Amino acid sequence: MNSGILQIAEKYLRWLFLVFAIFALFRGHNLPGGGFIGGLMAAMAFVFRGFAYSADEVYQSMKIKPETYLVIGFTAVILSFVPGMIAGKTFFEGVWLSADLGQLGLLKLGTPLLFDIGIFLVVIGVTVLFLFSLKRSD
Amino acid sequence: MEIIMAIFVGILYAAGVYLLLRRSILKFIIGILFFSNATNLLVFLSAGLIPGGAAFVGEKSANGTVLTDPLPQALVLTAVVIGLGVVAFTLALKYKYFEVSGTDDLDEMKQEKSETNLKEEK
Amino acid sequence: MVVSLLLYLMFSIGIFFLPKILRKYTSVWIAFLQVGVFSFFLTRIPNIINGEVLSAAITWVPALDLNLSFILDGFSLSFALLISGIGAMVFFYAQAYMKKYAGTDRFILFLTLFSGAMLGMVLSENLIQLFIFWELTSVLSFLLITFFHEKEEARKAAFQSLYITAFGGLSLLAGIILLGTIPGSYSLNEWIASAEAIRESSLYLPGLLLILLGVVTKSAQFPFHFWLPGAMQAPTPVSSYLHSATMVKAGFFLLARLHPVLGGTSEWMYIISSVGVITMFMGVYFAVTKTELKSILAYTTINALGVLVLLMGIDTQLSIKAALLFLFVHALYKATLFMVAGLIDKKAGTKEFSSLGGLARTMPLTFVITSLSALSMAGIPPMLGFLGKELIYEAKVQLPGISSVILVIGVAANILLVAVSLTFIYRIFLVKRTTDKPIPKEDRKSWLLLAPAMLAILSLLFGLFPKILGGTLIESALGSVIDGAGDVKLKLWHGFNDVFFLSLFTVVAGFMLTYLMNTKQMLLKNWQAFNERIVRFSLSDKFLSGVDGFVGFADKKTQIIQHGYHRYYIMTIMVLAAVAMWYQFYASGAQLTINNPGTIPYYMAGLVLVSVFAVVMAMFSRSRLAAIVAMGVVGYGIALVFMYYGAIDLAITQILAETLIVVLFVLVMQKMPRFLRLSDKKQRVRDLVIAIGFGTVMTLVTIQSMDISLQPAISDFFIENSWSKAFGKNVVNVILVDFRAMDTLGEIIVLAVAALGVSMLLKKGGKA
Repeated sequence: MNSGILQIAEKYLRWLFLVFAIFALFRGHNLPGGGFIGGLMAAMAFVFRGFAYSADEVYQSMKIKPETYLVIGFTAVILSFVPGMIAGKTFFEGVWLSADLGQLGLLKLGTPLLFDIGIFLVVIGVTVLFLFSLKRSD
Repeated sequence: MEIIMAIFVGILYAAGVYLLLRRSILKFIIGILFFSNATNLLVFLSAGLIPGGAAFVGEKSANGTVLTDPLPQALVLTAVVIGLGVVAFTLALKYKYFEVSGTDDLDEMKQEKSETNLKEEK
Repeated sequence: MVVSLLLYLMFSIGIFFLPKILRKYTSVWIAFLQVGVFSFFLTRIPNIINGEVLSAAITWVPALDLNLSFILDGFSLSFALLISGIGAMVFFYAQAYMKKYAGTDRFILFLTLFSGAMLGMVLSENLIQLFIFWELTSVLSFLLITFFHEKEEARKAAFQSLYITAFGGLSLLAGIILLGTIPGSYSLNEWIASAEAIRESSLYLPGLLLILLGVVTKSAQFPFHFWLPGAMQAPTPVSSYLHSATMVKAGFFLLARLHPVLGGTSEWMYIISSVGVITMFMGVYFAVTKTELKSILAYTTINALGVLVLLMGIDTQLSIKAALLFLFVHALYKATLFMVAGLIDKKAGTKEFSSLGGLARTMPLTFVITSLSALSMAGIPPMLGFLGKELIYEAKVQLPGISSVILVIGVAANILLVAVSLTFIYRIFLVKRTTDKPIPKEDRKSWLLLAPAMLAILSLLFGLFPKILGGTLIESALGSVIDGAGDVKLKLWHGFNDVFFLSLFTVVAGFMLTYLMNTKQMLLKNWQAFNERIVRFSLSDKFLSGVDGFVGFADKKTQIIQHGYHRYYIMTIMVLAAVAMWYQFYASGAQLTINNPGTIPYYMAGLVLVSVFAVVMAMFSRSRLAAIVAMGVVGYGIALVFMYYGAIDLAITQILAETLIVVLFVLVMQKMPRFLRLSDKKQRVRDLVIAIGFGTVMTLVTIQSMDISLQPAISDFFIENSWSKAFGKNVVNVILVDFRAMDTLGEIIVLAVAALGVSMLLKKGGKA
């Protein structure tokens, strides 16, 4: 399915997907979204790419391989447990940092966010692995 | 409304069972998906249904507002993603099986097993 | 005490590290170990006579009330002396006997461990610990019986003994656990302390029967006696050890050990004494017409075990005293006789009466030793066996109630035993040789004679001076089996009382029977033929064919259940699940109530309708693409249902996941063949019926589940703390990443494993 139109459209659409995925990831704590949804959305970007090019082409052009996504994702998940342990709380308890950014509002950064980013990366890695394993096998 | 949903769940289960009993592996996998969909829906419905009231809280407190039960939602959300993983894995298995055996028939699996057994015995 | 047990373990392994020159004599080293342990226990006799009870304990699993605790009282001391003393003799004997066989090291290892386990068992204070040692002896005796594992009979016999003793062991464990619930402990002392409560409990009879099953299997009582003659396949030192001081005596040991707890009831008396009587008579009856040395001895062992059990069953102070004395009597003569049988087998090359005879001339020492032991077996003075028999008669005479029956059978059994013993001597040593086999050479220089000679001399010595044994060991042993036992006075000469005349009658009748058997060949032949006919209905064969039949049954059943048809497995599960749920509805009489039937918006009705249509299409479509699209439609429909009920996160996830699934399906479908009609109409109708049955009950379950209001506490907790503690307004997301992060972690691990699995499966160039 090497269609030129799809290839050109994909060039722009994939950024749209990725940006929207990250947006969904970060708003997840308060509004619909989160790691799972963001990860699946980002995976859609790769689905499009997979339709536009052959699987091997896509795999070659990926700077970060899906297995690496898994590794980074799990590292993030595990790292998110560390602050809680250092702070002497129970194992999974969240730790939050808040910074008042004046006009921009209150920024809250916590370990659950890091955990969510980990899920996000793992889901991307998993779905991309599924897709390319099944697609490449012809 | 609930009774309609309950019947819908029943139909999904029935379809799931029927498809699980097919010999074609592709249908079998669709059966797995229907089965997991039906179960997701069952867990979701068991929380009681309140149309519209999403599970979001305000900054002050949640008192007074009617919220749907968030726990089954969280459970089902993970189940949906796991379902994706299961289906992908069975699809890969099926594909590999097809590549090796050249058939889509589950019963062939048994015959092949007994053939290899016979070979080993010889 | 504990140290001696550890020594057995260390020595048994240590023999493999010996230098080459010393390794030739491994058995002797172990014999010295046994002598050392024996003397250790000898030095404890004064303490025990003074009424001390030595104990040692090691904490093991305190939470389960499992401690390694050992106890040394008069009774366990008797056994410990027998095990180590006869053990020493057996190992000396084994050194000479096993010289020419391969794998002696392995044999010595097992035999050493075996005596260690036996010693551990008699010293156990905790009953669970006792059970563990008990099973250890079963397993080790299995390994010893299969020593000649290239012989089929040896393997068969070993398996038979393992099946039976291990089965009995399990039953014993069940009995111990059952009765252990009453005192709430497995400690022997606490059992004795609450003996009253145990005897009056309703669990007493089942517990007693279970424990007795363990006893009768281990001690080869009727109807489980048949494994013992089979165990003859073991090398002779093993037989000698198993029959005299260990293994088969374990059952008797347990009976006596538990006597203060379980004894004294009429159940105890009738069950145990009837089993004992049957075993006693049957053992000796079959021994009479046997012509092979080892099997004669095996059947007389069954007889002796029957006597011991019977005496425990009679359950008077006198009978238990007789039992304890007989324990020593039997251990001494039986070990000797087996060793002699092995010696004759070695020298003459046969164990059959028909090719033996006239050996008295060339083997005078063997003749003397054998005669002494056989006379002890027959109960003829001045051997220790005479005392034993006198006491037994005395116990039987004084028994109230059923005594006459037991006495008659007892006397009959003893007449037969006299005949067996005398025939044993006569046919080996005195009868004129009829075979053309060369007569064996002199025996004077044989090392094999050392051990049996010492045992036979002991047997004679104790017979002449019974006080050595009676005043020390038997008295204190009796004290630990029965409370408030008096002195034990053993005398060779009792005076002219009725017991003496019984003895006299027994011996005379035994002599006459021997004479008849050995002069009238026809009588013996007919008798043998008659017994053969009885024996043809052999319990042993029945047992083996039973085991084969069971294995065959299991095989057939497995073939039926594990048929290999995937969809029938699923069908079984689904039908069972549906039936179980229907039954539950029927049995609980559940009322189906629908709380707020509310109106249904037309768009939702439409959605459900479209979804149902898609479901049906996915089921029956012949086109793969249509089925996949229909499947996608169903998924989206469910997503919209989620949306309608306010689960926005869920709806988004469902849509995205469904999309991916459809893409994956299409990817695979491209490479697959078209749907085939693989099932005929009948099958499809059947499947449809099952599916509808399952679906309907699931509808009912759904309605029922909506009706149940769960404890709302969990969800309320999440809702209340979502913002205040976890700073998130989206409760679902907060649950996923904060409250229940551990579950989510587990879930993404599953996903990652699935993904790696797929990737590995489909790797190019990978093998199938």
